[in-house]
Amino acid sequence: MKIIVLMKEVPDTYGERKLNLETGLAERGESETVLDEIGERALELAVAQAGQIDDVEITVVSMGPTTATATLRKALAMGADRLVHIADEKLAGADLGLTAEILSAAIRRAGFDLIIAGNVSTDGLGGVMPAMIAELLGVPHASTLSSVDISDGRVSGIRETDSGSMRVTAELPAVISITDRFPAARFPNFKGIMAAKKKPVETLTAADLGIDPEALDTPRSIMLAVSQRPPRAAGTKIVDEGDGGEKLAEFLVQNRLA
Amino acid sequence: MMTAFPADAILVLIEVMPSGALARSAAGLLGAASDVGTPVALIVTGADRAASAAQAAGELGAAFALTADPGTDSSSLAVPTVDALSAAADLVRPDAILVSNSIDGRDIAGRFAARSRLALAVDAVGIARDEEGIVAHHSVYGGAYTVDCAPTFGPPVVTVREGAVEVRAEATTPQVELLSVTPSGAAAATIESFEERAVTSSRPELRGAARVVAGGRGLASQEQFALVEELADVLGAAVGASRAAVDAGWVPNSYQIGQTGISVSPQLYVGIGISGAIQHRAGMQTAKTIVAINKDPDAPIFDIADFGVVGDVFTVVPQLIAALSARKA
Repeated sequence: MKIIVLMKEVPDTYGERKLNLETGLAERGESETVLDEIGERALELAVAQAGQIDDVEITVVSMGPTTATATLRKALAMGADRLVHIADEKLAGADLGLTAEILSAAIRRAGFDLIIAGNVSTDGLGGVMPAMIAELLGVPHASTLSSVDISDGRVSGIRETDSGSMRVTAELPAVISITDRFPAARFPNFKGIMAAKKKPVETLTAADLGIDPEALDTPRSIMLAVSQRPPRAAGTKIVDEGDGGEKLAEFLVQNRLA
Repeated sequence: MMTAFPADAILVLIEVMPSGALARSAAGLLGAASDVGTPVALIVTGADRAASAAQAAGELGAAFALTADPGTDSSSLAVPTVDALSAAADLVRPDAILVSNSIDGRDIAGRFAARSRLALAVDAVGIARDEEGIVAHHSVYGGAYTVDCAPTFGPPVVTVREGAVEVRAEATTPQVELLSVTPSGAAAATIESFEERAVTSSRPELRGAARVVAGGRGLASQEQFALVEELADVLGAAVGASRAAVDAGWVPNSYQIGQTGISVSPQLYVGIGISGAIQHRAGMQTAKTIVAINKDPDAPIFDIADFGVVGDVFTVVPQLIAALSARKA
């Protein structure tokens, strides 16, 4: 079974993240970059499945700048079999539609039975990519799963929604997205790190996938303006001297918040 | 006779709850639409519920309501609604398509935008219209930046963050029409069973709540987390938590506010025993008013708090609850 895991490099949420105020693009040099944690959980699920099902091949597919290869290699050390990295300067600032087209083309090229992604990335917080890819590939998708069972050519699981939880099932090939209910990824061990050095890494451009990022026939979302919100100023800070709760109550009442 | 739709139509997908009531996101979506054009609601629900749902959408400002019955397709995930949205967009030719940035909304908007090859903008906190069309406003990196996006051409598909839009449209009586939908036959997952989340309390839902009280590591135990709930009930607020409180197992995952949890933009946010790690701040710093109580005077949450109390949460919060209860009585 061919499992595709979608992963990406993101600015570390635990540090300050910056946008370039002229281009609107992430300032990659300004913040530490890491593999997105939810994508690591998706890979962990794939690796766990590989331990239970025969003949699983795990391919990590990622789009990002050339410099992301170093970060993405960690996925190979964690147990992925190969990496397909789409790196193309023309894709900097690609919108959701173009990203979905690129990823779908790369996935189709690699071949797939099951595509696993995180439910939302920690940088864009979009949460739409799995559904877009499913539509472009013409396969079912089951999003926001908190449990997954793969057997008899089907993927099933519990899908958490805003109003409840549902049991869903889909015939393979299919796309699923998972939540952070899934276990965090294992740390790569020494053996994994050594083995990763021999695993295939394929770097592709948009042209390799037959896509022209500059084609004008499809509408794209473009950034018109970006501005930095002035940092929130601290207001009143008091040290409790026995009446802190009462003073806070007064503040809430004065501001008609209680 | 075919209804003529206004040139400035904004197509709004209204989600219907399992109970038949409109999802709470409906008011903000129709409000946002009314601000830039004429709201046309699309409601996908059983025929027996369509009339009352259309009426309810009118009360929230829908000038037109298209209803579509998914029929036996209702066990297919997302695809029947995407099919209905495609049919509605073909019919209405709107200037924009608005969908809630809910879990279901994101699936539907993603599939619809990919299918129709329209530009997609997600998690907008507002929309506007300029001379070239509809512009979506976004708040990114936890509110640190504001970004405006628009499509190069064609109407944008926009998912709107719940609770972010305050504009409300005037109530009206909608022109109701049954939409005819040709199923696309696109492969879909099947819903085998659904369990509605039991409403365990009368508290508001965290997502979209006007007031939020959140607790963190400083509560020290599951028993003592009850203090957060007590204050929330006095304020009529939803209950949230930091990742530390969730990871400690004091509250369920669904309470988590922050980068990997829910983003909230309430009128009032009260943080109890929460230090304000950047992960948490990313999910709450767009709150209108931030109040924090923490024993550590250097806790980063004080840097963004409008009112901060440095003190023991176990003395300050009970006193706050008593003072607020006394005013109510």
